[in-house]
Amino acid sequence: MTKRVGMEVSIAVAEMVKMADVDVVAVYPITPQTHIVEHLAELVADGELDAEYIPVESEHSAMSACLGSSAAGARTFTATASQGLELMHEVLYVASGMRLPIVMTVANRALSAPLSIWGDHSDVMAVRDTGWIQIFNENGQDVIDNTICAFRIAEHRDVLLPVMVHMDGFHLSHVIEPMFFPEEAQVKAFIPPNNYPLPLHPSKPVAMGDFAPPFIYTEARWAQEENLRKSKETILAVWDAFAKEFGRQYKPVESYRTEGAKTLLFTMGSFSETAMTAIDKLRDEGLNVGLVRLRLWRPFPFEELREAVKGAETLIVLDRALSTGGPGGPVCSEIRSALYNENPRPKIVSFVGGLGGRDITIAGFEEIVKRGMALAVKGSGKEFEIFGVRE
Amino acid sequence: MENLNVYAPRLIPKEEAFAPGHRACIGCGEVLAVRLATKAMGKNVVVVNATGCMEIIASQIPNTSWNVPWIHTLFENTAAVASGVESGLKAMMRKGRIPQEEINVAAIAGDGATLDIGLQALSGAMERGHKFLYICFDNEAYMNTGVQRSSSTPFGATTTTSPSGKQSQGQFSWKKDMPAIAVAHNIPYVATACPSYPFDMMDKVKKAMNVQGPSYIQIFSVCPTGWRCAGDLTVRLGRLAVETGVFPLYEVENGKYKMSMDVPKLKPLTDYTKLQGRFRHLTPETLSQIEAKVVEKYNEIKAKANGEVCA
Repeated sequence: MTKRVGMEVSIAVAEMVKMADVDVVAVYPITPQTHIVEHLAELVADGELDAEYIPVESEHSAMSACLGSSAAGARTFTATASQGLELMHEVLYVASGMRLPIVMTVANRALSAPLSIWGDHSDVMAVRDTGWIQIFNENGQDVIDNTICAFRIAEHRDVLLPVMVHMDGFHLSHVIEPMFFPEEAQVKAFIPPNNYPLPLHPSKPVAMGDFAPPFIYTEARWAQEENLRKSKETILAVWDAFAKEFGRQYKPVESYRTEGAKTLLFTMGSFSETAMTAIDKLRDEGLNVGLVRLRLWRPFPFEELREAVKGAETLIVLDRALSTGGPGGPVCSEIRSALYNENPRPKIVSFVGGLGGRDITIAGFEEIVKRGMALAVKGSGKEFEIFGVRE
Repeated sequence: MENLNVYAPRLIPKEEAFAPGHRACIGCGEVLAVRLATKAMGKNVVVVNATGCMEIIASQIPNTSWNVPWIHTLFENTAAVASGVESGLKAMMRKGRIPQEEINVAAIAGDGATLDIGLQALSGAMERGHKFLYICFDNEAYMNTGVQRSSSTPFGATTTTSPSGKQSQGQFSWKKDMPAIAVAHNIPYVATACPSYPFDMMDKVKKAMNVQGPSYIQIFSVCPTGWRCAGDLTVRLGRLAVETGVFPLYEVENGKYKMSMDVPKLKPLTDYTKLQGRFRHLTPETLSQIEAKVVEKYNEIKAKANGEVCA
């Protein structure tokens, strides 16, 4: 039923959005996300996708228009990156707080200054606490599969939360990859019609976005927190259903050659594929190492993470973002705190690298693992290591 | 015609889209305008509200004054949210997901949310041509946060961020001409209104709802709290603003200006300013400087309405 096609990942994302039959697309151009929205514009212009395409005047308005259309009950999509994601920042909190099931692709990119259009995870880390479900992807197939899943997750009655589908800028957004494409009918069957429970409509007036005095604000936030945590059940169920229908299984934390591994390398996003090759080579050298990849960034998969690192003595975490003046890698900080009360607990070494589109090669990953293993033994006296910097 | 004043109020729907029980200040001109404007909108409307007084006084959980579908999200994005609501409804109707019917979208915001922080989003939505009505309730400062100046604050008015003092006469800049900015977007309908002239205001709201495309109405909303005037002067001050030429009432339909109420002989500016604490510090010289500017602006608009200059 599925066919294998070679296509740029951004174009493929737009094709999935079309198959999801979205009602509204509100977008503003920003590299490296532009190919998605350009292709969507073409699809609308050619009548292949029946949607309102709103070419807004900023990302702030893009997300704001998404609030409006989603609140009216329309299936809503947008895409952005970097500065655009930061300009949306305050609106992102509103989307999750108001329980609006918007789906957004983020082509992860570095932040200014200095200006960099290339990939890293600085933009994501700044919107970590916005209450969105956030899914990371390693390759084009992951991206398109999770774009489909994102609609079903977001609009699920038990969830009703916005979802970010992350893909590394350029490393994924601009590469042409072979991907298994689903049939449109399959996708339509997989994503039931959006049935938003209380949309804005004169037939049943609702007030959305009221203000909350201290007597109720904490409860509102707690309800949101419980809901986001609980959404993991639905995410897992949707991934299982996807595996049943399409044959590819996604998990919150995924492992590669971790059997019996005493040292685990930890990655997120497109670097995981290069890291896998490095792990193969290190295994060939006789090193007892494996790779763990975090797919579900929010809600954070605490249990799955603890399970995945059981038995490991050393964790080497690579972050593609820097918590400036803080503990170094933001993902590493979360892993550290998630494992702090474990007994026994592994030694954790934090690396920051791959910033602003800087590549890390297979040899680079081998070096990270070997240095990390050495540092775990002798200690470094530093919060984190920066990889590949010219000092 | 003599009995019109008795008869006309009966034409106003009894049903309240904006219910009483809200927390507006005594004598609030904005809430009066909102109540009447929503009556003019009818029931088939979705209201998109910017952060500001109207949102704060009328939507504290678990209460709401709104009897029509209503959404508030942020301060500066109201026009963008409205464009999303409009597009969402349009797409779903076209695709047969909801029944086909006329549902209007009305965005409402204060002058700060419109002339300052939300200007970009409003410009974008007007330029894209969404079918929606945007009402700016103009009380000439950021009242909700405690009377700070906006670009709609008139020259010389004292506010908490443009205070009068030994080195200051209060607001240092002239009021931004927002209706002209709206007109520059080539939208089908722009108007100014004031709840002191309720039927004119409601007619304009109805008219605006029926145009195909964006419409903009700036409604002069007297704020006794911020203007430091008595709460029972609201309606009178609105009339005085029109009669002195401070806030001329006019419409611009497809670029054509039309005075809604011509004032053959403008009243002296001080009739209006002397009732308000915000102008109390002004010297006669400054007041006449302001008056000259008021007359100049008034004549400018009148000339456009008379076709003497190209709009």
